[in-house]
Amino acid sequence: MKTPIQFFLNGEEVAAFVESGANLLDTLRETVGDLSVKGGCWQGTCGTCTVLIDGVPRVSCVTLAETCAGKSIETTAGLRRGPDLHPLQTAFMEHFAAQCGYCTPGMLMAAKALLDRNPNPTRADVIDAICGNICRCTGYEPIIEAVLDAAHGDARHRA
Amino acid sequence: MTINVKTFPRLAEAASALSSERAAHFFGGGTLIMRAVNEADPGVQTIVRSTDPVLGHIGTSSGRIELGAGVTMAAILAERELSFLHPVARAVGGPAVREAATVGGNLFARSPYGDFAAALLALDATVSLAGGFTQREQPLEEFLGHRERGKSVIAMVAFKRPPPDSFRFAKVTRVHPKGISVLSISAQVPSASGRIAGARIAYGAMAPTPVRAKAAERALEGRALDAAGIAQALAVAADGTAPTDDAIASAWWRREILPVYLRRLLLGTAAA
Repeated sequence: MKTPIQFFLNGEEVAAFVESGANLLDTLRETVGDLSVKGGCWQGTCGTCTVLIDGVPRVSCVTLAETCAGKSIETTAGLRRGPDLHPLQTAFMEHFAAQCGYCTPGMLMAAKALLDRNPNPTRADVIDAICGNICRCTGYEPIIEAVLDAAHGDARHRA
Repeated sequence: MTINVKTFPRLAEAASALSSERAAHFFGGGTLIMRAVNEADPGVQTIVRSTDPVLGHIGTSSGRIELGAGVTMAAILAERELSFLHPVARAVGGPAVREAATVGGNLFARSPYGDFAAALLALDATVSLAGGFTQREQPLEEFLGHRERGKSVIAMVAFKRPPPDSFRFAKVTRVHPKGISVLSISAQVPSASGRIAGARIAYGAMAPTPVRAKAAERALEGRALDAAGIAQALAVAADGTAPTDDAIASAWWRREILPVYLRRLLLGTAAA
């Protein structure tokens, strides 16, 4: 049984038929075609599928797609504006904050949720913001530095 | 596997629907049920949810605190009147999980999860259960004792606001700042004339459900909150617990460290 839903994905209106009980992650990737969202654990544990729903971070793998009707969803596919990367993306590149890259979409969205709410975060704020996102490569330090740089440093001007 | 999703505007209708289907489960924030759905758990064939506004109710105006079952950890963190619960809410997942994880859902979280439920137990909370036409109140401890058997829809939890500075919480994890509990301890330690009166202590991850430390509570009654006064409580700290071995810690380790962290919590030397 399929259910029609409509929502806004990175500012664009999307209408889709979703399998009843489908999670948002699978809906975005398989039904809508936004492959910028990654699936890791499908248990809400690793954070790589983090998206913003009405501005707040959510793990899309344990979000029932039907509950997103009428809502605004942001993914990493919507971060850049034309040729310009988002300051977070620039900072992640400059700080080598991605190695295998699998956690990066979730890290970027968790960090964006923080900076949208708090443009001047402390290091502790950054750590709390990404504490639900697992990275097995970097040891987290380059990611923390990248987020702080995007907030306070020059990354926003270089982007 | 296709799941049948039924959404009801009123909680009473959802409760009726839940009781009429064997493989139906109530949907709170989704952090528990969607895991089962993603794993194609055959025990989950129908999801029952409700958009009833009562689920999001937060009442802090009197000495009684009321939390709708659908109140999220993020909503608790946004409420200044609930600051004594902030360390507990912050211990549930990362920010993305806190936006979804609900008070009601936490009451069904299996060990080693369910730290918020343990805190509510230490606060002597009651749960309001929605039936088809009625709503009834039940002590949380009683509810936890049979939660696996019933098909209950929780409307709300309620408890008396604890006296200032009397509520304490500590979570022991291997991973910081966010990790699954080795154990958690919630304690309400009111005092009168320098003596403990009516202490409530509850543990998370020390039994299949959150559990009261009744022997320790009794040992604290009338004592001073100092090293000598809590000694007997520490000696019986693990009485009534039934921890299990899991990937986070062994039952032996949980029993061993419990009095250490209880001591630190009671004497105010534990980081919440």
